[in-house]
Amino acid sequence: MLATALWISLTLIVLALAMNVYRLAKGPDIPDRLLALDTMYVNAIALIVIAGLWFNTKTYFEAAMLIALLGFISTMAICRYLLRGDIIE
Amino acid sequence: MTLALIIEALVSLLLICGGMFAFTGSLGMLQFKDFFMRLHGPTKGTTLGIGCVLIASMIYFTATQREPHMQELLITLFLFLTAPVTGHMLAKTGLHMHLRFTTSTRGSLPELLDEDVGQSRVAKPARPKRPGSSKNRRRQLLKTRGR
Repeated sequence: MLATALWISLTLIVLALAMNVYRLAKGPDIPDRLLALDTMYVNAIALIVIAGLWFNTKTYFEAAMLIALLGFISTMAICRYLLRGDIIE
Repeated sequence: MTLALIIEALVSLLLICGGMFAFTGSLGMLQFKDFFMRLHGPTKGTTLGIGCVLIASMIYFTATQREPHMQELLITLFLFLTAPVTGHMLAKTGLHMHLRFTTSTRGSLPELLDEDVGQSRVAKPARPKRPGSSKNRRRQLLKTRGR
């Protein structure tokens, strides 16, 4: 049962990542691409957590934590650059 | 035996729910017409999806390692705190860059709906008379002479 559920959620998240990549490539404006990147890191965390469940290890937790922290900070930095023209004033 | 089965069913349900929510959020980002509509999918759907997946992982490792494994709760809380902030900043960026949007996106502010505005306007307060105008100056001159 768990293996089937893992397959289903893995497939759905990979499809979500593919849609994000499409929006990242096509997105008409910069904020669209930024939104696609923001969603991509969240989906990447889900993918890593599912990999941890798949291989039955706790090793991948730190990678997920790092991606969460750095993704938020980079999104904030790009937003601030677009809003103010400067990151640290 | 049955407890293991129940835990496995719970983890499977949470995993499938998480995958569905993440898929729905990204589908919304793909399908909607303008940026402000596209902002809805990732900020709500994907955040809930990742929360479901992380809680499934937490339950699974707590059950298999036979000790509480609460580190995933950290990521969940962090993402639930940062997703609204990110959404707000992205919306501000979109407004700042004057992105094009469909007519149905535009709405009125909730505190200024037409049916809420009163029938008669509130009278404006009278403008204070300027001391520099000619009438005032003559009046002041007369006053000082009278004294």
